Formats: sequence, structure tokens, C-alpha cells
Amino acid sequence: METQAWPRRGERHDGMRIPSGCAVAGVGSTGGRPISGDTVVCMVCAMPERANGLGAGYAAYGIYPDLADCYAFHLMYEDAGARASVEELLQAGFQVEVAEPIPTRPRVLVGAPMLWRYFLRVPERVARSWEESHAEPGGDGPPGEDDYVVRTVMDINTGIPGAFVFSSGRNMGVFKAVGHPEAVADFFMLDQYRGHSWLGHSRFPTNTPGWWGGAHPFSLLDWSVVHNGELSSYGTNRRYVESFGYRCTLLTDTEVIVYLVDLLVRRHGLPLQAACRILTPPFWRDLDGMGEEAAQLRTARVIYGGALLNGPFTTILGHSRGLVGLTDRLMLRPLVAATRGDLFYLASEEAAIRAVCSNPGRVWSPPAGEPVAVEVGLSQVAVSAEVARS
Amino acid sequence: MSLAAQDKMRYASYAPPEFGVRVDEARCKACHLCVRQCSLGALAFRERVTPRDASCVGCLRCVAVCPTGAITVAQNPWPLKPNESWPEWAVRGIWGQASSGAKILTGCGNDKPYPILWDHLVLDAAQVTNPPIDPLREPMELRTYLGRKPERLVPGQVLQPQLQLEVPVMFAAMSYGAVSLNVHRALAMAAREMGTFMNAGEGGLHRDLGPYGEHIIVQCASGRFGVDPDYLRAAAAVEIKIGQGAKPGTGGHLPGEKVTPDIAATRMIPVGTDAISPAPHHDIYSIEDLRQLIYAIKEAVDYQKPVGVKIAAVHNVAAIASGIVRAGADFITIDGFRGGTGAAPLAVRDHLGIPLEVALAAVDRRLREEGIRHQVSLVASGGIRCSADVLKAIALGADAVDIGTAALVALGCRLCQKCYTGRCSWGITTQDPELVSRLDPEAAVRRLTNLLRAWSLEIKEMLGAMGINAIESLRGNRDRLRGLGLDPLTLEILGVQPAGK
Repeated sequence: METQAWPRRGERHDGMRIPSGCAVAGVGSTGGRPISGDTVVCMVCAMPERANGLGAGYAAYGIYPDLADCYAFHLMYEDAGARASVEELLQAGFQVEVAEPIPTRPRVLVGAPMLWRYFLRVPERVARSWEESHAEPGGDGPPGEDDYVVRTVMDINTGIPGAFVFSSGRNMGVFKAVGHPEAVADFFMLDQYRGHSWLGHSRFPTNTPGWWGGAHPFSLLDWSVVHNGELSSYGTNRRYVESFGYRCTLLTDTEVIVYLVDLLVRRHGLPLQAACRILTPPFWRDLDGMGEEAAQLRTARVIYGGALLNGPFTTILGHSRGLVGLTDRLMLRPLVAATRGDLFYLASEEAAIRAVCSNPGRVWSPPAGEPVAVEVGLSQVAVSAEVARS
Repeated sequence: MSLAAQDKMRYASYAPPEFGVRVDEARCKACHLCVRQCSLGALAFRERVTPRDASCVGCLRCVAVCPTGAITVAQNPWPLKPNESWPEWAVRGIWGQASSGAKILTGCGNDKPYPILWDHLVLDAAQVTNPPIDPLREPMELRTYLGRKPERLVPGQVLQPQLQLEVPVMFAAMSYGAVSLNVHRALAMAAREMGTFMNAGEGGLHRDLGPYGEHIIVQCASGRFGVDPDYLRAAAAVEIKIGQGAKPGTGGHLPGEKVTPDIAATRMIPVGTDAISPAPHHDIYSIEDLRQLIYAIKEAVDYQKPVGVKIAAVHNVAAIASGIVRAGADFITIDGFRGGTGAAPLAVRDHLGIPLEVALAAVDRRLREEGIRHQVSLVASGGIRCSADVLKAIALGADAVDIGTAALVALGCRLCQKCYTGRCSWGITTQDPELVSRLDPEAAVRRLTNLLRAWSLEIKEMLGAMGINAIESLRGNRDRLRGLGLDPLTLEILGVQPAGK
């Protein structure tokens, strides 16, 4: 398939979004047991009606155990000049442990940008000086290495033409491209990786995005998000996170979910469950009827109106400690959850789960707007929905 | 010179009458009702109903009350030779001033044909990829909280005081004195019924409105009328009035003849004295002075009520608003140049200030750039005419809007712009007991609540069409607006893409 060249400078910034239908899938081992990439690929490929070959991608956690304490940057480059600029920036600001091309089977997909990955440590002197000069007035706590990394990602993605960081967490990685999901997995050789949790995505965009960076998942630090839907609140959400220094640079509204989660959980120190209830809060009529135990939910909704996600969506959020599935408050897009042994599955369709697990122990569709979460490393599946809605 | 005398001078000038009144002899039953109801002396009875066109202001009271439909009032064509350089308003103004030697006074808001940007903005709707939501089937949330928000949620924290609005529309500041007590009562009762707020304006709070305090915002303006600790504590919130969109940078003047014993008591001034609001607050000559007043009021109310600041939309409004946030205000009301007034010099009303649309967009953008927008609430005021204007204002960045003129129109106002005469035949902007009694407070409450209810229904319908089920998801969501026929620079200031893009 013919893919478009790298978007022209500024083109990613014009606020245009590409609506798309999608398939989302996630699988995790609560015991932290490594799973091959084949499982999630098989799940995504079981939902072919939801994709048209114009984008697919995966996120994997626990895949770089030997360099687990390094930030793993995955980069796309349009040309060698972009690579030189980024490498100069990384050399100056980080201790670069490894710099190498991302292994691929290149003949599987055409039009690939240059794909590189870097394993980085933040030198102590940089972290310290950055901490001193960038202390945030908002009282977000001492800005540490993570803030420095976020700033670097934003600087590259908005400041260096032809370069795009699409993965920046530790011991995790994102792999995505324009292509059918099986081809994308084959291209990135995902059968060679083993991780304790995986996200997968394939899309049905309503026009031709062409650019590999526009595929899902979107990721920042430890967070990655796959998303089926469209945020009718996108403009509100984008302006809200921009007030906190995030810069939305992509052709899709999904990245704003990543920034919201990063803001709420990492910078504001809220538990992930609480953050999810901010993204899709209960209706006021329900909150009004809940009494004192819901005081914090009410307060959160008053404070975080700009973070409410509206419009039809199903999203799966990955992080190194687990997976969370979340739908919009009316559940206008589907989500099915299932468990089997130590494995936990989330997908747009039950068929995707049954494709890899013929006899799941429990299958259910989570209530609209209520997060369904699993934590990796627990001996049993802990699925919670904090507030039951009447 | 009294206002009446000024008018007399004007009507005695060379100006041809603005309106012509015709009485159909065949229909007229000579019941005299129109003559009794005309508060401006434009109708007399001399064997038959005899109009005095020069006194007619086009309030249409006679037309409305005539039981046989015998009266028509029409604007007279301007009889002068057409001249684009010398339009009617300019020539009339000169004639009037040549005879009076005085400022031309007027009421209501700017009526000049400046572009109304609301009418060049359209809202988005959802199709296929983003399904619309049916408000008859699904909850559609309009609740809005005004007040200062913390940077983030801290478990167990108690929020600073907030105003809870069930519909994001409040009644704009109009003082007792500018409007009648019946109007004040109706606004307060309607605000309570609809879960919103009325702003009592700068003329104090009549004792009868005490029971509605939880739905009233009181003002502290440059005249400090009626301000004492009980007044501040009686209301749900306090607003420091720095400016008014219709007359930015100018003060106010309620003539002594309107200062009845009741108004005098409410304003805490002697009966019959002029109530003068100076142009500036004489204790506010800088942003740090404003900060002192904000905190003086917060101290007086034990930090139990939000304290806001109202400013007129002027060229530098974004920087001013930013300073006000930093000075500690919990909400900011931006009043655009189409906002109404009970009395203002015509020159000021029509030529000072900027439209709400651009001011709101500029303020919202500046506060976001500075990372402080989410800390405060923005109220957009001045020229909101319909539910679509409300939504467009919210999409440009407002938390809620104020309506003043629209509320008065709901009560019968015919926009004759003669509020300053105190002779409002509809009983709205008058203190004449006979005229005041024409407005039935209960009917007025019904009309106001009907208006808000109708707008709520329309807002829900439009939100649903946009695939949004909570009003906060539209706030500042300029992506859902498109501009039609706007130049690139205006689009940039509004932060809106042109339609088709």
C-alpha cells in the first residue's frame, strides 16, 4: 500500500482530527507471567470488520527486563537529519545506554520511516539542575526524572521536524504502523517479545492518515492508550491539559487521554481508580443521591470538569502495573472483559477473547463509564468498579 | 436640567417625530385606556383619541392594551434626502444637542450595526462516527459550579465556596432603582425556582428579597450603596463591579427624584438625593487595591462566599482579567459592549468597549496560556439573545452567561431605550407606583422561568446533537465552533476554524 510521506511541519498541529472506528484488545497476567505477543495479535486479528488496514499497533509491558531501569525511547525518523538532531539532543541530556534500530522484517510493510530505539538514563546532575530550575508553582511535588523525560518528548515532537517519539516508558514499548494488524505484528517481530501485559489496536479511519505516528497506541512514559471512538469533548480536554504544559501534537484525540491520565495520576498523585472516575464521572443525579461517601467524587467532578471525556469511546489503558478498560458514560462503544486463571482479557468483542481463550472463566460487559481494572502482580484477579450506578 | 425638561427641549427641536401613531376611528370605542396607559403623554383625548407623535417613543403599550386593535404605531420614514454620511441618528443627535446643550442619554445596549459575531459562528453536530445523544432518553447535564477551584484534588479537602447553577444562565446585575422592586422580586423568585442566580446590581438589597438570598449575588460598586456586613452576608456571592459593558469607564447617576423612601432605605442614602456612582472606586487605583477589596470582602463573609469581579470588555481585557485572577477573584464577569444599561450617555454606550465575543475568547485564551483558567470561573455578559448564543459563549470559554436585556424583554420590554426617563410604560424601569403595578410579579416569574426552561430544552437538544451530555465538555471547546464570513484575524482571535475546515 502507498503511504504518505511524513506530514509537513505544522500539519500535525492544525487541530484536525481523523475519526475512526477501531478494535481494541488487551491481555495481562496478574501473576506477572510473560506472555508472547501472539496472543494479543490473535485477538486483534479476530475482529477484522473493525479495521481497514490503515493502522494498527501494540504496546507491551515487561519486554525489556535487562534494561528495566532505562527509559526506552522508540522513535520514527523521516530522514537522517532528524535522527542526527535527536541523537544530539539525547547525547546532551541523557546517558545513552543503547542506541539501535528497532528490529523489523522490513519486507512486510512498505513506506516505513526509520525506526530507532534508545535506552536512556537521566544523569543525576541533569535531574538535579532540572529540578532546581523547573520547580512547578502548582505544588506537584519535586519534579523528577519523569518530568524531564516528558519535557524531552514534547520538545522532540514539537521542535524537531521529521522526528517523533512514540514510546518513552521503562521496560515497555509501543510498536505501530500503517497496515493490517497481522502485518504490523509481523513487521515488528512481536512473536519475539514476551511481556506481562499487552495492548492491541487496529483501526478503520474515515480518511487516509498515511502517517505511522498516527496509529495507536499513544504513549507517554509508562502510560499507553488504545481507543475506539471519538471525543466530543476533545477541544475542552486539550485546552485543559495544555494549561498544565502538555502539547497536543497529533492527528488524533487519543493522545489527550494519555496526558490526562499522566496529569491526574503521576502529577496530581491520584489513584488510578479515582482518575478514571474523573474521566467518566457519575451523573449528577446519581451523585446527588449518594450521600457523604460520594463527597470526594462530587468534589472531583467540580474541580476536573475539563478532564471529563465525552462522546462515544472505549479505551484500554496500559501501565506497568496493569490494565484498565473504560467506556464513555453511555457506553456507546463496546467492551467485553473476561478472566481465565491468571489471565485477564479486554476486547471490543467477545469473539476476540474466545479466539485465544476457548473457555473463559467469567465473561462480562462492564457497566458504562465504570473502570474495570486489573493489577499485575496480584495472585488473583482484582476487578473493581468503585461505584455501582443505579 | 431635569430629564423631563431635556426631553421637552429635544422634542421641541426641529426633529420630525420618530414614530407615527394612527387610531382607526371605526374601531376605537373611546374607552380612554390607551390614554391612561401612555406614560409619555403621546395620546390625549379631545373628542377622540388624539396622538402627539412627537412624544411617542415606540413602546407599543397603547397597541398592546387597546381592546379593539384600533391603534398602530409605525416608525416614520426619515424624510431627509438620503445621505450615507449623515444618517438619521447623527442629524437627530445634533438637533437635540443644539437645543439642549446636554449629553444625549439613552438606555438598553449598543444598537449600532457593529458585526454580531455570534451570528457568524455555527455549532457542530454529530454524524455517524460520533453519534448524537437523544436528550429525551439520556441524562443531559447542565449543572455548573462557579467559584475558585483548586489546582488538584487532595483527599478530604473542602472546596472553596461555589455557586451551583442548574442552568448556566443567570440574571445580570440590574439595580433596584434602575428597575422596579417587582422586577427584582420576579428575578429573585425565578432564579430560586430554576436553580440559578439573580444579580441585585449596585443599588443595595431590598429587605423583601432577604428570603431569596441563597439565589442572589450582591454587588459592591463604586457608590457602595447599601453595603454593610449584613448585606454581604445576605447573599450567595458578592461581585465587585468595576465596569459595565454599556458604559465602560463611566459611573452612574440615579437622579434624586427617583430616590423614593424605599430606594433611599435600600441604598442607605437620604431620600431625594442623587445617587452617584463614581467612575472609579475611590479606593481602587491599581490591581493591588482591588486585591485588598476582594480580601476585605472575603474577610467580611468569613471566606464562606465566592467573591467575583465584573469588568467591561475593553481592549486590554485579557491582561486585566489575568491580574484579577491573581488578585484572588473567584469568578470574573466580562460584560461586552452590547450589554444593557438603565441610563448612559449615548456616545459612551455606542462607541466604548469591544464585543463580548472577542473579549471572552481573548480572556479565556490568556488565562489558559498562563495556566490559570481552570482556577476561576468566567461569566459572559452583554448581548446574549438566545440559547444558541449561550452555547457559543460556553464553547468560546465561558462557564455561564448573564442575561439582562433578554430577561426584561421576557417581561414585556419593547427596547424603546427610554429606561433613563423612569417612565417605562411596562412597569420595568420605573418607580412610579402606578406604572410599577402594571407588572404582575407572579406572571413575571412565570415568564422568566418559561424562558429559562425553553432555553434549557434547546441547550440540551443542541448538546445532544453535538454528542455531548455534560455542559463542561463544551466549555472552551472551540473545536465545535466554525466561523462563517469572518476574516482570518478575527478567526485567529476567536480561536475558531472557518466552516469547511
